[in-house]
Amino acid sequence: MAMTLAEKIIARAAGRERVAPGEIVTCAVDLAMIHDSGGPRRVQPLLDKLGVGLWDPAKVVLISDHYVPANDAETRRIGEVTRAFAAQNPLAGFYDGEGICHVVLPERGHLKPGMLVVGGDSHSPTGGAFGAYMFGVGATEMAGVLATGEIWLAVPETILIEWSGHFGEGVVAKDAMLFLCGRMGMEGGRGQAVQYAGEAIRALPMQERMTLANMTAELGGQTGLIAPDATTAAYLRAAGADPGDSSRWQDAGAIDAAEHHRFDAGALAPQVAAPHSPANAAAVGDYEPTAIDVAYVGACTGAKLVDLRMAAAVLRGRKVASGVSLMVAPASRRDQDAAAAEGVMAILEEAGARFFPNACGICAGYGGTLAENTTCISSTARNFKGRMGAASAKVYLGSPYTVAASAVVGRIADPRPLLAEGGRA
Amino acid sequence: MSGRAFVFGDAIDTDVLAPGIYMKEPIAVLAQHCLEAVDPSFATGVRPGDVVVAGKSFGIGSSREQAAQALKELGVATVLAQSFGTIFYRNALNLGLPVLVCADTARIRAGDRVSVDAASGLVRNETTGEELRAQPLPDFLLAMIADGGLVPHLEKRFAARRAR
Ligand code: SF4
Repeated sequence: MAMTLAEKIIARAAGRERVAPGEIVTCAVDLAMIHDSGGPRRVQPLLDKLGVGLWDPAKVVLISDHYVPANDAETRRIGEVTRAFAAQNPLAGFYDGEGICHVVLPERGHLKPGMLVVGGDSHSPTGGAFGAYMFGVGATEMAGVLATGEIWLAVPETILIEWSGHFGEGVVAKDAMLFLCGRMGMEGGRGQAVQYAGEAIRALPMQERMTLANMTAELGGQTGLIAPDATTAAYLRAAGADPGDSSRWQDAGAIDAAEHHRFDAGALAPQVAAPHSPANAAAVGDYEPTAIDVAYVGACTGAKLVDLRMAAAVLRGRKVASGVSLMVAPASRRDQDAAAAEGVMAILEEAGARFFPNACGICAGYGGTLAENTTCISSTARNFKGRMGAASAKVYLGSPYTVAASAVVGRIADPRPLLAEGGRA
Repeated sequence: MSGRAFVFGDAIDTDVLAPGIYMKEPIAVLAQHCLEAVDPSFATGVRPGDVVVAGKSFGIGSSREQAAQALKELGVATVLAQSFGTIFYRNALNLGLPVLVCADTARIRAGDRVSVDAASGLVRNETTGEELRAQPLPDFLLAMIADGGLVPHLEKRFAARRAR
C-alpha cells in the first residue's frame, strides 16, 4: 500500500525514499513558528548558551499573540524582548498583534503542502490542514531547531479518520472534533499522525479544516493531516502564495494506516463538552438545561472568519439574553476586517456582543478572565480547570453556532431550531 | 552492564511517574515519589543501572519533562516498553535517558538481571538466558544520550565548531 501523507513528508524531509513507522530519522525543518510566550524570551537564553544565532532566519516566523496588548510591566517587557528579537533577525515574518499564530501563519502564505514545520505551541497540528507535517515542541527543542534547522522524529503510525456523507445544517468541524474527543478520549491519537479523509472533509473550506487539525491536539495526535486539493490551492493563491504542484501530496487512495475509523457525518448532532475536559463531549441535548453567564467566541479554534459567520447566522436580528455576556475576540485582524466588510461584525454588535483584541485573550487565561463561579460556553479548544480564569469557573465547549444560540437562549442550546427559523430581519 | 528489572503494566502515565502534588519540589524530592502509586518501594529499591520494564503506552499523559527526569535522577539505565507516549519518548531521549521499544517485555520478570545494548537492540535476560530484540537507537541519538541529552549535545557540537 501507499505511504501515508505523514510518511511521504517525513521521508522527503529526511532525504529518504521511504520511511516506516517506528524508524527514527533526522528531518530538515522547512519552517519554524514561534510566539511571544514560548518564543524569544525562552529560546534566546538557550541560543546564547549555545553561542549561536538562527540557522536560517528566512525560515522563521514570529507572531505576538499571547501577551497582546500589553497591560502591565511584565507583558510590556515580553513585548520588548519579542520585538528586539524581530529587529535583530531578518525573519520570514513578524506579526505583532495581527492575530493568533495558527491563523496568521497560513493567512500570510507561509504554509504549503509537503512542508515539515515545527511550532512552539501545542496547537501546531493546525498547519496539518494544509497538508504540511506541523507539530508542536517545547522551548528547549525549539532552541535546538532554531540553532540547527534539524529535528529528529520517530516516524508515527497513521490513524485514518474518515467522515462519509455531509454534515447537517448547524453541524461543523468543531462538533466532529468534540465527538472524536468524547469517543476516543484525549489519548485517542496516541501521539501519532491523524489523517482526516472522506467526502465530508473534502467539502469543508480551509478554515473549517483548520479547526479539525487544530483540535487534533486535544485528541492527542502529533499532527492532524488533510491531503491538499483544489480548496487548498485556492486558499494559498488568495493568501499570495504559489500553490505549486502539490500532486505528490494529494490523496492517492488506500494508505497503510494503523487504525481506520469511519463515521457518518450526516448522523452527527451538535456536540458540547462539559467541564473540565474536551473528552466530556456529548450531544448538545444532554446539557440543554444548563444556564450560562458568559458566551465566548474566541481562539484559533473558534473565531476565524468562518466561525464569526456562524455566530452571525444565529444572531442576525436577535439579542443576547439578559444577564449573559457575549464576548467575541476575532482570531485575526484580517478576518475581523473581512467580517466587518460583509456585515458580520455589525450583526454581532447589534446582538450585544462585546469585542476583544485579535489575540489569544482569555483562552490563554490572559486579560478579562472568567470570574469565580462563572458558567461559560466557549468556542475554544480546551476547558481544563482554571485555564480561562477562576478554578471555580465552569467552561463548556461548543461550536460558534452553539455558543451563539446559547447566548440568545441564556442556557446551553441547540442552534438548529434557531437556524431553521432563520434570522430575524 | 546489567541491572535488575522493575516490571510494570500498561499505561503508566506521567502523573504516576511525576505526581502532580510534588511537581513544585526539586527533582530529587519528586523522584522519591516516582511510580509510588503502583509500587511504593520503587524509589527506595531502585539502584543506578537498573532497568524499568513495562507494557504499552508508557509515559502517556502530560508533557511534563519531570516524568523522564525522575527516572534519570534515580539512576534508571534504560526503559523498555512495548510502546511509549510520544511526548514522554521525545522528552526522555532529549534528556539523555535511553528508552527502547521492545515487543517482548512480558518475557521479563521482576528481579531478572537484564542487559540492554541500545545500539544493536539486543536485550539479554541473564536470569533466564533468553535473548530479546528491541528497536535499536540510531547512532546520532546514542551520541546525544552519551552527551547527556539535547542541550549538552548541542553545546558540545557548537563548541567544537567554534574551536575549528
Ligand atoms: S487561542 Fe488559545 S488555543 Fe489558540 S494559540 Fe492562543 S492560547 Fe492556544
